[in-house]
Amino acid sequence: MLITDRERLRDDIAGWAGRYGRERSSLLPILQEIQKKYRRVSDHAMQIVADLLGIHPIEVYGVASFYSFLSLTRQGKYVIRLCRTISCDMAGKESVAQQLRNDLGIGFGQTTPDGMFTLEWANCLGMCDQGPAMLVNDKVYTQVTPQQVNDIIEQCRRAVSVFATHNKEH
Amino acid sequence: MNSSIKNALTFSTVEPSGGLRAAMDKGRAEIIAEVRASGIRGRGGAGFPTSVKWNLAAAAKSDRKFVVCNADEGEPGTFKDRVILSEYAGLVFDGMTIAAYAIGATTGILYLRAEYTYLREHLEKVLAERRAKGLLGQGVCGKDDFELDIQIRMGAGAYICGEETALIESMEGQRGEPRNRPPFPVDTGFTGRPTAVNNVETLAWVACIFARGADWFKSVGTGKSAGLKLFSVSGDCKAPGVYEFPMGITVASLLEAVGGQDAKAVQIGGASGYCVPAGEFTRTIAYEDIATGGSIIVIGRERDMLKVAENFMEFFADESCGQCTPCRLGNGKLLEGIHLLQQGRCSMQYLRELCSLGETMQLASKCGLGQSSPNALLSIVKHFQSEIMGRIPAAAAAARE
Ligand SMILES: Cc1cc2nc3c(=O)[nH]c(=O)nc-3n(C[C@H](O)[C@H](O)[C@H](O)COP(=O)(O)O)c2cc1C
Ligand code: SF4
Ligand code: FES
Repeated sequence: MLITDRERLRDDIAGWAGRYGRERSSLLPILQEIQKKYRRVSDHAMQIVADLLGIHPIEVYGVASFYSFLSLTRQGKYVIRLCRTISCDMAGKESVAQQLRNDLGIGFGQTTPDGMFTLEWANCLGMCDQGPAMLVNDKVYTQVTPQQVNDIIEQCRRAVSVFATHNKEH
Repeated sequence: MNSSIKNALTFSTVEPSGGLRAAMDKGRAEIIAEVRASGIRGRGGAGFPTSVKWNLAAAAKSDRKFVVCNADEGEPGTFKDRVILSEYAGLVFDGMTIAAYAIGATTGILYLRAEYTYLREHLEKVLAERRAKGLLGQGVCGKDDFELDIQIRMGAGAYICGEETALIESMEGQRGEPRNRPPFPVDTGFTGRPTAVNNVETLAWVACIFARGADWFKSVGTGKSAGLKLFSVSGDCKAPGVYEFPMGITVASLLEAVGGQDAKAVQIGGASGYCVPAGEFTRTIAYEDIATGGSIIVIGRERDMLKVAENFMEFFADESCGQCTPCRLGNGKLLEGIHLLQQGRCSMQYLRELCSLGETMQLASKCGLGQSSPNALLSIVKHFQSEIMGRIPAAAAAARE
């Protein structure tokens, strides 16, 4: 990591600690901000958070590793979470899963080499009457068919290319 | 996203903030008495009487108290809280405000599961409107002695955080590991202060009770299970979605209403609930018979019951917080046992041992997750033994594909 990157991370975290407060109860909101911007909670980030809140880094690690929406390894720009729980299973989630594997060229728990997509299983998403259900980042998709999988992926790709021309990626 | 609402909901006929204003005309003790008279019990699954919880929290002495709305809805097959939060958030906040006034809390927190992040913007907007209207802040509804704000805290993807003490741990910046009880949250809750944790639906009904009167609520349902309840229906039926029915409805009438009469079983109460075979469809859904937070999963004739059991066990093995041994190891053992059954390699002797392990977990686990995770398997073993025993290995392998 470049010195400037480290400084940026430190500044960001200090900003969030300022906003949420340096109490223990601010830990989760701070980690969620880190996850959102940096797509993972790195060792370095955990160290900075621990320093700011005055707790041991292992405490931060304990929390960061507990929750499935926080990730220690860097996730793709789009995290696709397909529900694997019973109602979506009965509604045919397995063929959607297979099409996701085919179209992304990765398995569940993996990230595409270009860093665009992470594919994960999720437990019940609260859309059981309209399964198979899937989250792409915060957006929910219902009654997903294998045929729609490619469209959804392409929409994400297009959104990024528009974004990239306006706002250079770091 | 289609609308999930399938029949007329009382929530759509109750005027937002009507219940709140009616409650604000009463004293604190009178409010709790009204809640007691309605007979309402928690809609989150455990069915604890709401007035008892509020009384304990009101009686606790502290410099600060909290009201928490549990919007972690993670039980497989439930989605009614999502619908309530999208369509009737005003009633939920009315209920939180009434609860806060009754117990003397100055801060309300809605703990929203990470999977529902897309609801946050809408909820923040509703809260901002309430602040502007004087329904939150200093002197709520013109009452000088009542100050309240409501914040939203986001979960981060952990089913166990729906358990109220794990939820509190999570808000305190800890791993979501349930606490020993007692002490209970009404006494030692968020940051050690008295905290009343209630389900989204419970709070919305409280608002309706004050708008319509305790007698109205009490007049529906059964003796021990007053009122109306929302049900999240999914699986093999013609019209899955959210339904409102009186407590005490039979499984058979519910199935008829949703177009699921042909079912061979119904899973009531989600993965941690009970698998009701067709022979028991005359039973009722109520605290005195089959209690539930409202998850109804209809299982059609052609379904493989072992696959159902496998899916539930995978869920628990994944979501156990790992804090206590019966649950951490037990769920994995039960899952292995299901795989043996699928391969047709499970002896009757071993099946008995698995069942007795399940019973040990029910007794020895620290929280409701481990205490109830064996339920589905045990009820499937009990009612569908001929279907799950003596499988032919190759056929089993093909079925798992
Ligand atoms: C493993 C587990 C998960 C739970 N998940 C939820 C949940 O998602 N939502 C909820 O309201 N209650 C859930 N509960 C029940 C809560 O612990 C608590 O009883 C409830 O929020 C109290 O509210 P009520 O009395 O209004 O139902 C869960 C309990 C356990 C043991
Ligand atoms: S029963 Fe399971 S979820 Fe509950 S505390 Fe023990 S390990 Fe954690
Ligand atoms: S089972 Fe998939 S959303 Fe509930």
